[in-house]
Amino acid sequence: MTGLLIRGATLLGETREDIRIRGGRIAATGRLNAELDERVIDADGLVALPGLVDLHTHLREPGGEASETVLTGTRAAAAGGYTAVFAMANTSPVADTAGVVEQVHALGLQHGFATVRPIGAVTVGLEGERLSEIGAMARSRAEVRVFSDDGRCVHDALLMRRALEYVATFDGVIAQHAQEPRLTEGAQMNEGALSGELGLAGWPAVAEESIIARDVLLAQHTGARLHVCHVSTAGSVEVIRWAKARGIAVTAEVTPHHLLLTEELARGYDARFKVNPPLRRDDDVRALREALADGTIDIVATDHAPHPAEAKECTWAEAAFGMVGLESALPVLQTTMIETGMLTWEQVARVMSSAPAAIGRLNGYADPLTEGAPANVTLVDPAARGTWSTGDLRGRSTNTPYAGVDLAGAIVSTVHGGVATVLDGALRPADEVASAAARQREAARG
Amino acid sequence: MKHLLSTRDLDRETAVGILDIAEDMARTADREVRKLPTLRGKTVVNLFFEDSTRTRLSFESAAKRLSADVITFSAKGSSVSKGESLKDTAQTLQAMGADAIVVRHHGSGAAHLLAHAGWIDAHVLNAGDGTHEHPTQALLDAFTMRQRRYGADSRGRDLSGMRVVIVGDVVHSRVARSNVWLLSTLGAEVHLVAPRTLLPSGVESWPVTVHEHLEPALALDPDVVMMLRVQQERMHAAFFPSGREYAREWGLTAERFAALGPDTMVMHPGPMNRGLEISSAAADSSASTVLAQVTNGVFIRMAVLYLLVAGSSEERA
Amino acid sequence: MTARTVLHDADITRALRRIAHEVLESRRGDGRLVFLGIPTRGTVLAERIQRLVDEIEPGTSSVGSLDITLYRDDLARTPTRAPAPTRIPDEGIDDAIVVLVDDVLYSGRTVRAALDALADHGRPRAVRLAVLVDRGHRELPIRADFVGKNLPSSTSERVSVRLADVDGVEEVTIEP
Repeated sequence: MTGLLIRGATLLGETREDIRIRGGRIAATGRLNAELDERVIDADGLVALPGLVDLHTHLREPGGEASETVLTGTRAAAAGGYTAVFAMANTSPVADTAGVVEQVHALGLQHGFATVRPIGAVTVGLEGERLSEIGAMARSRAEVRVFSDDGRCVHDALLMRRALEYVATFDGVIAQHAQEPRLTEGAQMNEGALSGELGLAGWPAVAEESIIARDVLLAQHTGARLHVCHVSTAGSVEVIRWAKARGIAVTAEVTPHHLLLTEELARGYDARFKVNPPLRRDDDVRALREALADGTIDIVATDHAPHPAEAKECTWAEAAFGMVGLESALPVLQTTMIETGMLTWEQVARVMSSAPAAIGRLNGYADPLTEGAPANVTLVDPAARGTWSTGDLRGRSTNTPYAGVDLAGAIVSTVHGGVATVLDGALRPADEVASAAARQREAARG
Repeated sequence: MKHLLSTRDLDRETAVGILDIAEDMARTADREVRKLPTLRGKTVVNLFFEDSTRTRLSFESAAKRLSADVITFSAKGSSVSKGESLKDTAQTLQAMGADAIVVRHHGSGAAHLLAHAGWIDAHVLNAGDGTHEHPTQALLDAFTMRQRRYGADSRGRDLSGMRVVIVGDVVHSRVARSNVWLLSTLGAEVHLVAPRTLLPSGVESWPVTVHEHLEPALALDPDVVMMLRVQQERMHAAFFPSGREYAREWGLTAERFAALGPDTMVMHPGPMNRGLEISSAAADSSASTVLAQVTNGVFIRMAVLYLLVAGSSEERA
Repeated sequence: MTARTVLHDADITRALRRIAHEVLESRRGDGRLVFLGIPTRGTVLAERIQRLVDEIEPGTSSVGSLDITLYRDDLARTPTRAPAPTRIPDEGIDDAIVVLVDDVLYSGRTVRAALDALADHGRPRAVRLAVLVDRGHRELPIRADFVGKNLPSSTSERVSVRLADVDGVEEVTIEP
């Protein structure tokens, strides 16, 4: 079988068409007849989306292989309909040199489940003191364009200014984890009445909003691009809206969990709900949904943050921040944005694929599902209904906040660069995907 | 009652019931034989991740008066400091046959986690979790207030009509939280006094009246003035400028104490910082209930252990 | 489910009067009498017996109550109950003749617990037991010194004592 024919999919939820995939690209769309050497995927009732792109994934390799590896993380990504992930720099060693980013990038190529684009650290060792070798990482085979100290904030104003200016030289962008460190010392959850009652140190909204306000002004001053990671408060949305109205080159992301979950979940001290930035109030969730719908927030990114069980089976203050989110992202989006009528499938394709690809300077996602485009396709069954469980996870860690939650929609198939990574809801075996990806690369070269 | 984690979980009837049982326990203190056979054959574990000699001794003595076997597990210098988790420790204690675990932990929610994570099925008694709650301290405070107010006629009564002023580091105080919920459940009128830096966020939604200055609250002629312990280190994190300024603005100085009504009780959960939140004149006066609080602590803990541990296992479900 | 009344109010009054006389007769020498009722109805009965005794020989007896909740041997099998107050007369029980009073004598476990509780309060010269009804089925080597009525019963039957001060009516019933 050298080709794939996806039959009867509803493209972007609009028109019903067949899609022919050959040589890693979309060969044709329309009403097509199957050819002898094609595997036919029946997509009746399924929505075809472009392969999803996650601008914010923690793959943990190197150094954190107990919680995730490039292989397990990209398998989770494929299971969630993703064909590309941007791997955050807070590994051990930190991705602050060309050597580390090339290694991570190569692992992605080798496994074939998704394109892995490493994110480079802004500062050496994420220490916030000296710029890392941004140029070397940009010019490496990993072609790094996104730089972030995620997990930590580039809080020194001078360093942030220089980073914005310097990264612009390489057409890069700083993805800022906006968290004023002094205002959040020991912070455990959203600051408010509930944190006061639970006796957990508060993480005030102003700690996020003040950094975003400063950064958009720095972006304006330097003319450089700024990307704001995991926006979590209504106030941050206001600041970004203001900045965009002023023509400042700022983009912003929201995580699926901030679109659905609130701080109330902290009440049981279950550390699965501990995340940074923390879950906020209902009003924030509403503002974030509206901002995503009106374009103030550009994209959805998962902040997929795997942790081993012991990092969550402890008291709240001792537990690690973060939750896994690759597999559940699209179901959460369908539940929160599609079913509420706030976004169409076409708009979901924008916020989860073309827009993040554009911010990360990832080629091949600008005109998806059209003849000649790279064959990155996700098939979704929008009618699927189910209660989420850890059994739905495909990565190495199980710290999902959605266990027991009813989510709409399911990923049925994923095609990455012409290679099917998920068929009929099941991941394909790693060796088959790796060898198919290798063949595809050979062919592309030849 | 399966666990005692928070005074929020207590309704008026249950709370008064605990205080009444504590009265019964107090009666046993002046008998020839103080020990009761009630918890014979039961094992109570004191699991202390935080140093607190007085609370630990109080629980130990309560459990022993009820004839329980007592195992005290102090996390310092044990396998816990070598990285063994709360979960492993709890499961070990369960395997040793603990019927109840009295836990003191620096992390808010630790007792809740032990009770509800599904690791163990022993009864859990919160002896202080981080900056969250310390329910037996609040119960012994309420017991002390009721006893001073009504004496031998205490049984069955709540604290309706009593006005309680709690002063100091509310934001970091588990004692304050537990007292606010319990005292208001018992019908008392609760006032909090602290600079804004030491008030928790969302305090405006608590069932209290908040004052930023001490004088207006003391002018209300309260029945009880409860001074919270203030940690000296707080000034380094800019909660207040200096101990001297704190004492001047929010301390129960000799002058402020002298101006209190003759029946006003002065309470302190201990240990006291004399000269900071409380003057010696106030601490050593007959208005001070500090020592009565210590004595009553044993009776309250006996009452709670009895309620948790003595009952049938069917009732635990 | 028909309850049969085995003692009416007049029967109960007569039984208590008889017990009062028997207690006085049995007292050798001039020992001080302390009636200790086991809550709830034992306390009421103790007060009534003591009143009768006091009418006959004023000033030779006192009354209190002895709660045994914390001494029960079946605590782990029943839901937790709140203890009732224990009231020991100011003179104490040392060297007194203590008469424990309860409404129904059955397995004997309550009396066993009462003896344990009593020991923690002091050392009486002698301890006697008075009950309104003895229904048999002892599980311990305990017998009553003064019995209002022996009431042979089967273990499946239910014997209820109701007293005016507590229940509003005064009767002892048995029902299958």
